[in-house]
Order: sequence, then C-alpha cells, then structure tokens
Amino acid sequence: MNDLLNYMLENQTSIWTYSVEHLQLVGLAVFIAIAIGLPLGIYLTTNEELAETVLQVANIIMTIPSIALFGIMIPILSVINQGIGFVPAVIALILYSQLPIIRNTYVAINNVDPNIRDAAIGLGMNTMQRLLRVEIPNALPIIMAGVRQAVVMNIGIGAIAAFIGAGGLGVLINQGISRSNTTMVLAGAIAISLLAIVTDGLLGLLQKRMTPKGFQQ
Amino acid sequence: MIKFDQVTKVYGDKVKAVDNVSFDVPEGNIVVFLGPSGCGKTTTLRMVNRLETITDGKIFVNGTDVNSLNEIELRRKIGYVIQHNGLFPNMTIEDNVMAVPNLIGWDRKKKADRYKYLMDLVGLNPDEYRKRYPHELSGGQQQRVGIARAMAADPPVMLMDEPFGALDPVIRTRIQNEFLQIQQEVKKTILFVSHDIDEAIKMGDAIAIFQNGKLMQYDSPSELLAHPKNEFVREFVGKDRALKSLSLHTVEDLISERMLRKLDGNENSNKKTISVETNLRDALSILLNQEADQLVVQANNKLVGAMKIDDVEAYLHQHIK
Amino acid sequence: MKNKRLLSFVIKLILFTLVASFFAWSFKSGYYQLIIDDSEGFIFLLKQHINMVLLSILLAIVLAIPMGILVTRPKFQKLQWLFMNIANLGQTIPSLAILALAMTWMGIGFKPAVFALFLYSLLPILRNTVAGIKSIDPNLLDAAKGIGYTPAQILLKIELPNAAYPIMAGIRTAVVINIGTAALAYLVGGGGLGDWIFTGIMMRDNSYLLSGAIPVTLLALLADQLVRFIEKLVISKGLRQSITISD
Repeated sequence: MNDLLNYMLENQTSIWTYSVEHLQLVGLAVFIAIAIGLPLGIYLTTNEELAETVLQVANIIMTIPSIALFGIMIPILSVINQGIGFVPAVIALILYSQLPIIRNTYVAINNVDPNIRDAAIGLGMNTMQRLLRVEIPNALPIIMAGVRQAVVMNIGIGAIAAFIGAGGLGVLINQGISRSNTTMVLAGAIAISLLAIVTDGLLGLLQKRMTPKGFQQ
Repeated sequence: MIKFDQVTKVYGDKVKAVDNVSFDVPEGNIVVFLGPSGCGKTTTLRMVNRLETITDGKIFVNGTDVNSLNEIELRRKIGYVIQHNGLFPNMTIEDNVMAVPNLIGWDRKKKADRYKYLMDLVGLNPDEYRKRYPHELSGGQQQRVGIARAMAADPPVMLMDEPFGALDPVIRTRIQNEFLQIQQEVKKTILFVSHDIDEAIKMGDAIAIFQNGKLMQYDSPSELLAHPKNEFVREFVGKDRALKSLSLHTVEDLISERMLRKLDGNENSNKKTISVETNLRDALSILLNQEADQLVVQANNKLVGAMKIDDVEAYLHQHIK
Repeated sequence: MKNKRLLSFVIKLILFTLVASFFAWSFKSGYYQLIIDDSEGFIFLLKQHINMVLLSILLAIVLAIPMGILVTRPKFQKLQWLFMNIANLGQTIPSLAILALAMTWMGIGFKPAVFALFLYSLLPILRNTVAGIKSIDPNLLDAAKGIGYTPAQILLKIELPNAAYPIMAGIRTAVVINIGTAALAYLVGGGGLGDWIFTGIMMRDNSYLLSGAIPVTLLALLADQLVRFIEKLVISKGLRQSITISD
C-alpha cells in the first residue's frame, strides 16, 4: 500500500501526462463519433430499412473484441504505414462509439411524443425548426446517455490501445507487466478505474442538467 | 357462508383501513363491496384469502376461521379474479386456466375435462385457445380466461376485485350479463369489489357500501335505493336512484300488476318489440329516446300487449318513492 | 421509398464487398497459414480460451442469479440498493484494470484470469436479474399469490420465466465481453488466443495477428448467436412482443 502511494507520488507528473493523453484519445474519438453518429441517427429515423442495416452492423462491431479489432486493423493500416499508434486507436474507438450514439439518437428521436411533434407542425415549424427546437431538445437526455456510455467504454478500450503504441494510462500496465513491476501495474489499473468512474460521474451530472425539469421523474 | 365478525385492519400504528366490520354473506349470493377508492372495500376482500392479515376480529368461511387454515391451502380453495386479469404471460391459456389444478395435482383426464367445461362455460373455444398466450387475446377474452381460472378447482367461494373495471363499457356490459348467466349455473358465493353503483345494482344480491373503512349499509339493491341509511349512501347512490332502481324490475313485474294495452292496428304508430325479460330502465330509455311511442311486449314468442311511457311512470309511483 | 431501399442495398453491398475483399486479400497473403501449420498450437490456445470463458461464465451464472433472487426478496430489500450500485460502479471499471488488479493480487496464470473474467461477468448478470425480476407487473404476483402459489412456486413459475429475457440478455452481454477480455488474459499469463495477437503486435507479424484476431472475432460472433438461439428455446413464446388485439 505504501509502495503504491510512494510510486504514485513520485510519478505524478507522468501519470498526469498519461491521463491527459488518454483523455485526448478518447475525446477526439468521441467528438468525431458524435459528428458522424448524431446526423446519421437522425437521418435513420426517416429510413427504416437503412436503420436496420446500420444498427445491425454497429451491433456486430460492438461484438468484436477490442484487441481483436486492433489485430485486424494493424495489417490493413500497415498498407498506409499507420499500423500502430494513434491512428488505429482513434479509428477503433470511433467504430465502437457508433452503436451507443447512433442507437440512442435513433431511438430517442423516434420516441418523441407524436403529440409534441403534431403541436410543432401545428405551430407552423418547418422540418429543420422542428428538429432543432423540439425533437433534439426532447431527445437530448437519451442521446447524452449514449455519449456517456461511449466515453466510459472508450476509456477502457483506450487502455488496451497502449499495447499498440497509442499511449495513455495503459502504458503503465503494459510496462509494469513487461518489467514485472506489480506496483506500476496496480497504479495503472487504479488510475484507469478512477478516470472511468470520475468521468462517468461527471457525465452523469451533465446528463441530469441537460434533462429539462419537466422530464425529471 | 362467509361471516365477517368485527373485522378490523390497521396499517402501521394508526391508519384504520377497515373498522369493525360485521356482516354475513349467504351461500350462492353475490355481494358487491361498493365505495370510493380508499374506503376499505378491497382490503376487506383481501383479508378473506389472507392476502392482507386481519388485525382484529374474525372471518369465517363455511364455518371455519380463515386464520386457522394454512394460507396456501385456503387460497387454493377460493377463486380469485383481479382487474388486470393477472394472467401469466409466460403460460398458455390452458396452463393459465389449469393453474390451480396443476398445483394440487389433478390427473390428466380430470384436468382435460375441466378445461373443456370451463372454456365452454365462459364462451371460448377450448381447442382454439389451448396453445395460445394471453397477449394474443383481447381484454374481454383475457378477463373470461381469468374467470375460468378462478373457477378451475370449483371453489365454493370467489373473490373478484373490480374484475370488469378495465374493460370498455360495451364489453363490460356483455361480460356482466354472461357472468350472471354463469352464476345461474354454478351458484358460487361471490364477493365482488366495484366502485360503480350501476354495476353493483346489476350484479349484487346484496350491496355492502363502505366509507373510511366503516360499513355504511348492507342491504339488497332495492332496499339500498329505496331507503339509504344516511347522507353518504344517499349521495353515493345518486339523485337518480329512483331511475336506477327501475333496472331491478322487468316488464314481467309490470305486467303482473297492470294490464297491458291492447295492440292497436294503427300501422303508422312507431312501435318496437321487446321481451318480457327486459328491465324497465332499458324500456324507459327506449321510450324516452323516441325510438318508439309504444313498446310491443313479447312473451314465449307471442305478442301479449303494448305499453307506453305512462305505464312505466305509474309503476314507478307505486313501487319506488 | 424506392430510393431509400436502393441506398440501403448499396450500403449493404459496399460493406459486404469490403469484408469479402479483406478476406480475399488476407487469404491470398497466406495470413492464416499459421492455423494450419501450427494446428496443434492453435487448438491448444483455442481450448484454453474457451475453457477460461466457460468456467468463468458458469461460475458467474451460478452465483449472480441466486444473488439477484436473494436481493429481490422483501427481507433483503436493503441490500438491493448496495448491490445495484456496486454492480453499476463495477461495470465502469475497464476490463484491463480488473485483469491487472487480479494479477497483482493472485499472481500470474490461468487462475487470476478466470477470477477476473468471473468477477466481470457477475455484474451484467446480477444487474439484469434484479432489474428483470423487479420489472414484473405486481398484478401477476398478486394473482399468483391469490390463487395459492407458494413463494417458491411464484419464484420458479412466475418470476424467473417472466424475467428470462433480461436475464438471458445479461448472460449474452457477459459472454461477449468475456470472450474479448479473455483475449487479454495472455497479459496475466492466462493463455488463450490473445497469445498470438500479442505476439503479432510485438513481432509486427500479420500471420500471428490475423490467425489470432479472426478466430477470436468469430468466436464472439458465434457465441452471441448461440446465446440468442438458447434464448429462443428457454423464453416462453408468450413473452414475445406482439400487437395487442382489441375486442
């Protein structure tokens, strides 16, 4: 226990740097994932047929184990000389984020009370206004829940990405294992867990704040 | 058959849900527990099969104190129907109906015969529904299955907690009528919770009306309508109680006291034919709605005479004040 | 409408072509030769992988379902809040961290790997068991009690069958996560197909990478389908959603 505290104190700068690296990786991936997933999810509410296909594909991707996905991507991306490092990690995280983001957007928009939608049409809003002023605000809590799920999941997968040279807190576990330094492994495991738990908690608060008062129940 | 003896139910320390209630229910009767929500009618019902514990007093079924019996055995001998039918969605209709016989281990032949009998009784085709599941049935059909399930082991006593409350008015009326016909055949002793005065008048041999856990009045529907004991009962049965009581009388009752009019040959008058079993409230509403100026009464496939609005009015004055 | 269908078809076609050309390319490059050349090694790792997953999942099911049943009994209501929160918190902890923690505590080998997988599988099964039992319509339980089911009969004939869908979904989630996490077991000396994947990463060898990664992926997809099939067998037909019929 003392070893652990000492280690963490001595290495607080590097742990901090790894955490920032970790969050950058996850943050960038989720940002891109939202940029793709949100419009796609909204579009899918107008195309049932495609929705089924896309959700199925996203489901299959989610089933692929992360280390296996890295293993598949390395040979492919090696062709453009990006087999290991940041690029495959970001791509994998974007892929995994698609299911929660697209699914939640699709479900949330589809579930907006038809009466509210009717009222908006009755008020003379056009499709775009309706989307921006009525449908998205009403769907936001559920979309946010999807984003939160994606972020927490990505923090975990980001840890594994350290093994393909993407940096982040996983490096502590990776190096700790290869040096048989259990203190370092433990420090890495605890730091990653804390990062995930704290981020989840913060996003949970944000999600609550984004839920309109009238919805909270 | 069922005896409530100073029955009291207290929740927590203070809240008296049922307060010193005593009355007897004769065998083969339907007694409707009536009152606003929170009046203690459902709690009183649920104490009979001990879904609620009895705080004080005793309930006897067929002379036996229910508290002296094993609660599981007790419940298997008492039929139970609830508002949202409570059919088990994971079981087929046959398994639902045969739930209690399955529990007490009847043999296959006995179960098969009983299933067929019960489904015929409630008007559903035994073979058509056997392998189907509750979600494939309409609300009315589900409620019929719920009734069949309650009667499966032929219990002498049945508890029904707003059994038709979730059905729409048309279906409710139909099932009420069917159920009364079934009761003619099976003659169960039934406790029936309702918040609908019309349903109570129609279904009950007697009505027990509750307020704040106290039994306000326990009487036959006609007594209750004619002589409400206090302000609460008077208000609950409504200002139109005279009109409501008409539904307790049939055209046949009227004929036994008043001569019907001769059938006139006038083809132009607006007539409608009804049977002698029609209740006077329905007859009156046909006349008031101007569907007909006079009603032609039919008995045993013969037209026996005609009646007008004046006849109903005269009967009303004579019998119901 | 026609355009939408066409678009859907085109996208399906593109995805299918991508996957097909990936396989064509990787086959042609001989990246799966290793599975044939070292079939003994492959089967050994595959068996290790499956053993790890099966053992941990079975242990998790045997513990999580009774635990879920226990905390939904009225007597243990108070534990429920605690258990659900632990389960929710536990699921935010990344799988790699759980493996690493198990290793620092139990050393390296098969045992810590199975233990970590077991712990990680407990959570979704427990959570879904509790949620499934709690979501049962109270009217059903009242009806069952009212017609004379004993508490044990209510549990076996009403609660568990009607909660079967969420419980099975929890098991399916656990199995899929488990197969992926088992691929990391190599790191704590637990073996499994991750062995080849990590070797491939370290040696930059596409043969090791794909001969490990593709079988693990297929295993996960297959297991997912298998559990879905079992769901169909054990979940009553009466619980499948369908349109309600009106009178």
